[in-house]
Amino acid sequence: MFGFLLRRIAVLIPTFIGVSIIAFSFIRLLPGDPVALLSGERVMTPERHAQISAQLGMDRPIVIQYLDYLGGVVTGDFGSSIVSKTPILKQFWALFPATVELSLCAIIIAIALGVPAGVIAAIKRGSIFDQGLMGIALVGYSMPIFWWGLLLIILFSGTLQWFPVSGRISLMFFFPPVTGFMLIDSLISGQKGAFSSALSHLALPSIVLATIPLAVIARQTRSAMLEVLSEDYVRTARAKGLSPFRVVGIHALRNAMIPVITTIGLQIGVMLAGAILTETIFSWPGIGKWMVDSVFRRDYPVIQGGLLLIAAIIMVVNLIVDLLYGLINPRIRH
Amino acid sequence: MKYKLTLAAALLSATFFAGAASAKTFVFCSEGSPEGFDPGLYTAGTTFDASAHPIYNRLLEFKPGTTQPEAALAQSWELSADGTVYTFKLRPNVKFQTTDFFTPTRSLNADDVVFSIGRQIDEKNAWNKYISGGTWEYADGMGFPKLIKSIEKVDDLTVKVTLNRPEAPFLANLAMPFASIMSKEYADSLEKDGKKEQLNQMPVGTGPFTFVGYQQDAVIRYKKNADYWGTAPKIDDLVFAITTDAAVRYQKLKAGECHLMPYPNAADVESMKSDKNLKVLEQEGLNIAYLAYNTTVAPFDKPEVRKALNKAINKKAIVDAVFQGMATPAVNPIPPTMWSYNKDTKDDTYDLDAAKKMLADAGVKDLSMKVWAMPVSRPYMLNARRAAEIMQDDFAKIGVKVEIVSYEWAEYLQRSKDKNRDGAAIMGWTGDNGDPDNFLDTLLGCDAVGGNNRAQWCNKEFDDLVKKAKVTPDQAERTKLYEQAQVIFKKDAPWATIDHSLAVVPMTKGVTGFTQSPLGDFTFEAVDIAE
Amino acid sequence: MADTITDIDNSPEVISSSAMRRQMLKEFWFYFSENRGAVIGLFVFLALVFVAVFAGLIAPHSPFEQHRDAVLVPPIWTDGGRAGYLLGTDPVGRDILSRLIYGAQYSLFIGIFVTTLSLVGGILVGLIAGYYRGWVDTVIMRVMDIILAFPSLLLALVLVAILGPSLTNGMIAIALTLQPHFVRLTRAAVMAEKSRDYVTAARLAGAGPIRLMFRTILPNCTAPLIVQATLSFSNAILDAAALGFLGMGAQPPAPEWGTMLAEAREFILRAWWVVTFPGLAILITVLAINLMGDGLRDALDPKLKRS
Repeated sequence: MFGFLLRRIAVLIPTFIGVSIIAFSFIRLLPGDPVALLSGERVMTPERHAQISAQLGMDRPIVIQYLDYLGGVVTGDFGSSIVSKTPILKQFWALFPATVELSLCAIIIAIALGVPAGVIAAIKRGSIFDQGLMGIALVGYSMPIFWWGLLLIILFSGTLQWFPVSGRISLMFFFPPVTGFMLIDSLISGQKGAFSSALSHLALPSIVLATIPLAVIARQTRSAMLEVLSEDYVRTARAKGLSPFRVVGIHALRNAMIPVITTIGLQIGVMLAGAILTETIFSWPGIGKWMVDSVFRRDYPVIQGGLLLIAAIIMVVNLIVDLLYGLINPRIRH
Repeated sequence: MKYKLTLAAALLSATFFAGAASAKTFVFCSEGSPEGFDPGLYTAGTTFDASAHPIYNRLLEFKPGTTQPEAALAQSWELSADGTVYTFKLRPNVKFQTTDFFTPTRSLNADDVVFSIGRQIDEKNAWNKYISGGTWEYADGMGFPKLIKSIEKVDDLTVKVTLNRPEAPFLANLAMPFASIMSKEYADSLEKDGKKEQLNQMPVGTGPFTFVGYQQDAVIRYKKNADYWGTAPKIDDLVFAITTDAAVRYQKLKAGECHLMPYPNAADVESMKSDKNLKVLEQEGLNIAYLAYNTTVAPFDKPEVRKALNKAINKKAIVDAVFQGMATPAVNPIPPTMWSYNKDTKDDTYDLDAAKKMLADAGVKDLSMKVWAMPVSRPYMLNARRAAEIMQDDFAKIGVKVEIVSYEWAEYLQRSKDKNRDGAAIMGWTGDNGDPDNFLDTLLGCDAVGGNNRAQWCNKEFDDLVKKAKVTPDQAERTKLYEQAQVIFKKDAPWATIDHSLAVVPMTKGVTGFTQSPLGDFTFEAVDIAE
Repeated sequence: MADTITDIDNSPEVISSSAMRRQMLKEFWFYFSENRGAVIGLFVFLALVFVAVFAGLIAPHSPFEQHRDAVLVPPIWTDGGRAGYLLGTDPVGRDILSRLIYGAQYSLFIGIFVTTLSLVGGILVGLIAGYYRGWVDTVIMRVMDIILAFPSLLLALVLVAILGPSLTNGMIAIALTLQPHFVRLTRAAVMAEKSRDYVTAARLAGAGPIRLMFRTILPNCTAPLIVQATLSFSNAILDAAALGFLGMGAQPPAPEWGTMLAEAREFILRAWWVVTFPGLAILITVLAINLMGDGLRDALDPKLKRS
């Protein structure tokens, strides 16, 4: 197991270097001059332009710039934002918990609804339940979520006013961030109503973000269950007269979960992409929105650092999924 | 699970549970995150609303609702006969804010002023590069490093500023956010602790509100500055809820989650006005959107051709389609709220037949041209592409074929400056200090050709007038010069003036004391909310 | 998507006689038509193709013409609706129905272009990697890993920012993010097939590598590729719309649905129709294609047929 872990990490290193090269060179390829953008409609003299470029280290040979950058990254220095002049890593850590909170909440919704839906559909294969659930799942899977988010806002925040429009918690509550997770912080703060406020703020965005993973998990659970249910040992268990609940719940589900867990792992990357749209629509202060804003502001160091950090997270998550897969599936012992 | 948290209910619960006895909290749904809290480093109004206005003061400040500078931290000032030496007398006993992270031991003095301005103009100042990549955009843009010869402390409450040449708009410049006065004592203590960059993150000033905390991209909190030298604010807590989407801001305003919001969608203004729980203020913004011809390229070098095209632009249609009426068609290159605006100039009326005839008279046939449309939404032009499409439609009717081009914003800014630019470019400007010089010389002066003068228009007569006005101290005299300049501008038509947008500020009914600033600032020191 | 990765070992082997082919088509249609959803999807898709091809004949107005007297007219069945504007008009008075009809051209074109590009590119790269193995394979697969390490939309967003926002660049960027899936599929199939007897036989008979790759091996891994291609088709439409929504895809006034949605966003509270219909159009199109994709998978994947 340990050897496998080492091997996997060894493979990650060249990939990470590749990712850093891509992120770095993307930014050099971006048209538009961030220095000129600093002054907007106001015009900057060429001398000043040169001076600022030098200050930002943008006049040195590209390879030097890259090595310098990589050296910084290794020591945890991702540079500073051109726009706000604050360190990128600091911004990232301030925003990352918001994205994690949203994603976790979404994945919990997706699993809590998706797995039972898939199981029911598989057991009642061909029934109206099956067709209905899978129909809904396919609609969810085909959903342009940026539009879905807007519709939910119009309906639940606008017309019905059940949920707040945006933000993470009502402004009436104010406490210093301890964990960065609003749900936990609101509990720690001990202020009455803070937790439910945080929860209601989280509801719509996480439903929107959960939509596609939910559909994928439901579909995957169904097909994995169908496969398992047709296997000999399940038939045997049934023939032995075990209760359907035991058969489905204990024997079949456990084995069907193996591919489903892989699917869930793969959905993390999909979620981060989805977070870009969801966070943009709900003004959720997370890294997805941060990246979109930075692309529009041409904040090069942020795009570069953000790409790298996000890619690193996805790689680590995939690694964990692989390891988990090895743990729960005894057939793939490494 | 019915969620509708009205402010009243929330205040009640806050009172009840947190024990903050009858604290008045005012929530502003701001449109974006501040870039930082040192106003000298930035140019965005969003940043100034969160830093310069609540936290700091300046030597002079604009009188609320006007662009007239008046005494603030400077109680009085004198100008030498040659117009180059200003002597400022500072207001005594102005206290800096006491915060969790800094307790001041002295009140404001000349050192603070010399520090605040000096670091922006002197490259050798220890605070000139205190943040990596930090630049003094506005101080540079206003030409301060070249304009100011020296800034000195005479005594504790007297500061002397010597200029290299007379500059009439100088006092207005000092009222701009970038010239905010910071605490030298605070800066020194940060320097000692090796935490210089904190000056930009945890600000201390003399302004009406004390900084409490900033949660990135989400919330900024302030509390009333108990030691404020001016009229004490009527609200106890000020909260900026950062909400980038205008539709979402409106939702929050309706739901009572905030009291006031900037920049509504033009499309929503109608329904805001009809909402019983809201009130809407509006005022012409200090801005202009224009179409700059390249006056050095044939056939646009002929004023007749430019005038003809101007007659074919349906400004009303643009204002309706782009601003839903929340703008006024522009006549002059400066907005009507600015002093010296010439009311007597005549606009080129929309008349396609006349335009067609004028083009034919000028000997122009089968003209095809490019119209440059900005890729971004700015307050003066929300949707340049849509405006360009309307021009395209109308120009087609007088036989002019239009191709709409656009570039990424930085690219657009760069390329549109090019003297050989092919095509007319949609551009605009928002005033910095309310001085006409900031429009007329900055955008149309001869030395701005190849830069901000995107029409590449150098008219001797016009240029002489605005250059003279720049060094004339008397405002009445300057007014006359600028009025004349506008007549010349209109006659020669280097631009098609498009619109001045209206600044619309919706707020809940209970809000009182908010004054709209022509400069587009949002300040809350005088606001109050009815319980 | 993991749920569509089919079992390659069970792909039907092609026997190249026309009778067999007809037989297989017949069998394919039998299984495909058993799936009611797939048939509905197919018909909706055909209808879309029809609408796109004959947009000029069907659309009541030009998608660009601005009716200045009819700005933000609501749909015909609501108060204030006007004859001639079935689904209402947008902020500059363009007929929404006509724009949606022309928008179908964009969406189908995006789907076809992106799928073709990523399919062809992916197959070529995958064949090379799977056939030659060694360092070529390692390098190619590492590059694919790198591409897959970024969330696809983020990668496309940054790529478009580099190339400049336009529909073409958006399509290229999306194709690039979709292409690793084809590479992986093709490579896996090639590696599985390469050691089979018929390949060895063909090689012994003197077939060159190119002939081996394209004539012998490739036809035997078409089934999973077809399924993946349908998926890519719908993904491409969704991603292009998302890019358009973020202002980085097709540029206005192009009646691309995502771009229409982005332009309409400021009106969500005032004019629901400018927001609702373009999104609905995207949903219906993507749903139809996904329904078809499910049917295709069922019909092509013998393992699911069995169960």
